[in-house]
Amino acid sequence: MSLPFQNILNPSAPEKEYSTLNLGPTHPATHGIFQNVLKMDGEIIMDAEATIGYIHRAFEKIAERRPYYQITPLTDRMNYCSSPINNMGWHMTVEKLIGAEIPKRAQYLRVIIMELARISDHIICDTIIGQDTGATTGFLYFFQMREKIYEIYEEICGSRLTTNIGRIGGMERDFSDVAWKKLDQFIIDFPIFLAEFQKLIERNRIFMDRTIGVGPITGKRALAYGFTGPNLRAAGIDYDVRVMNPYSSYEDFDFTIPIGTNGDTYDRFMVRMEEMWQSLSIIKQALKKMPPGPFHADLPDFYLPDKEDVYNKMEALIYHFKIVMGETEIPKGEVYHAVEAGNGELGFYLVSDGGRTPYRLHFRRPCFIYYQAYPEMVKGGMLSDAILTLSSMNVIAGELDA
Amino acid sequence: MEAIEQVLNPVETQLKAHFGEAIIEVHQSYDFAVFTVSKSKIKEILQFLKDAPGMEFGFLTTMCGLHFPDLQGSELCLMYQLHNMPRNERIRIKTYMSIDDAVTPSITDLWPTANWMEREAYDFYGFVFAGHPNLKRILNMDEMNYFPMRKEYPLEDGTRNDKVDLFFGR
Repeated sequence: MSLPFQNILNPSAPEKEYSTLNLGPTHPATHGIFQNVLKMDGEIIMDAEATIGYIHRAFEKIAERRPYYQITPLTDRMNYCSSPINNMGWHMTVEKLIGAEIPKRAQYLRVIIMELARISDHIICDTIIGQDTGATTGFLYFFQMREKIYEIYEEICGSRLTTNIGRIGGMERDFSDVAWKKLDQFIIDFPIFLAEFQKLIERNRIFMDRTIGVGPITGKRALAYGFTGPNLRAAGIDYDVRVMNPYSSYEDFDFTIPIGTNGDTYDRFMVRMEEMWQSLSIIKQALKKMPPGPFHADLPDFYLPDKEDVYNKMEALIYHFKIVMGETEIPKGEVYHAVEAGNGELGFYLVSDGGRTPYRLHFRRPCFIYYQAYPEMVKGGMLSDAILTLSSMNVIAGELDA
Repeated sequence: MEAIEQVLNPVETQLKAHFGEAIIEVHQSYDFAVFTVSKSKIKEILQFLKDAPGMEFGFLTTMCGLHFPDLQGSELCLMYQLHNMPRNERIRIKTYMSIDDAVTPSITDLWPTANWMEREAYDFYGFVFAGHPNLKRILNMDEMNYFPMRKEYPLEDGTRNDKVDLFFGR
């Protein structure tokens, strides 16, 4: 009898031919445009090489020609599953550079938006893990909640996917009554859906068999590969930027950081599940503690004045012109600011030479950094497990390629 | 800001004791301690910061290139950001080099995550990382014959003259 692993175990066996398989660039299971060239021995992956850059749009170069307020839409298009977090991260980077103090209310509004975005990001990742194991129900059913989140975005900023939400200095407007109503409805509905989805998948025998022990990575390797976010926490390292370097008043909220032990697909799934519960609790606390006051800082150099004032007041017209033409004074310096995005530490390294545009802007994209561990994680596994590992890492092509 | 000095001072003392002349400049920029070091010792310094007792900056957060065409003889700059997670201390290491001699040792053996970061820096700025296992372009196409993030490559179409920088700067 010949065993399928015979040739792996016995290298002196007669020469072995491997087949090459292109997984991607446009493969439905990669959920994005990137390619993996796999060296296969039957169903076993012997080696993998990742090729990326298919949707590279040179955001770092484009940013060197854009005034600061025009860079927000570029950040939308990185991790488009949770674009509000990217937007807020960029605003906070500029605010750090110019030394702006943001009112408490604006910070709390931002926290609500960011946690909604985290929930929608995790909904996509977790339901797609389900989808890739064959459980279509969760994907179709739970996606209703993502729709509700997008309706809230729409109510706040007018757009759904690429939100361009908030401004340098605060929010562009306070939440409308409809937005508050939709939020209140959301925190009633969401736990019901989440609990049902959890019940459907979490202890499902087939799901557990497919995911436990699949695509594991140890905490040590994960750190060496620069993992952050849920993927690092699934490997047992409790690193979260919201706790380590709190921004936007995260220190006011009480939440726990879930961690896994094995760093496999199941742990990554479970960490994201628990983070959704934590995000929900943060939103509830923020709603309860919402302070009164202005929703943006008094930053006439950066924050566009009301249109009414532009027509009727001299100063407002001058500031409007200065902001739109990018003529505001910006301090020289280099600043790094990181936020906890859906996938991990999203960092902005900004070098300003006092000009109207950044001299250099570098995005620390969590996807780009941890995706290079993928070949190591799938080596020796089955092809169908490689698909699951990929979806559980939540690689978003827009962020991968920037 | 006291917190930054608590990071800056011990690291500065240690680095100066071990590497002396190679530590060119030390300053504080916002919430970061920034060390400018000589290119010839960059790998030893990073290794020291990673492994030496009391330092243990075990996490490479990010690295990227920068281009300063006006600095004669040190046009290109590499920026490394290290993080000590247990103490939550972050530092930034910078090293400048000439655009004609942008060869620097690879740190992929210290941190595997540097692999793609170095490929990105090569792709966009043309740094050559000696000892890198697979130094080829990562985001741009392989046939490209220039380094697009260098300042001499304008984003706008060079044949147009209706977008001159005369009025509003860059």
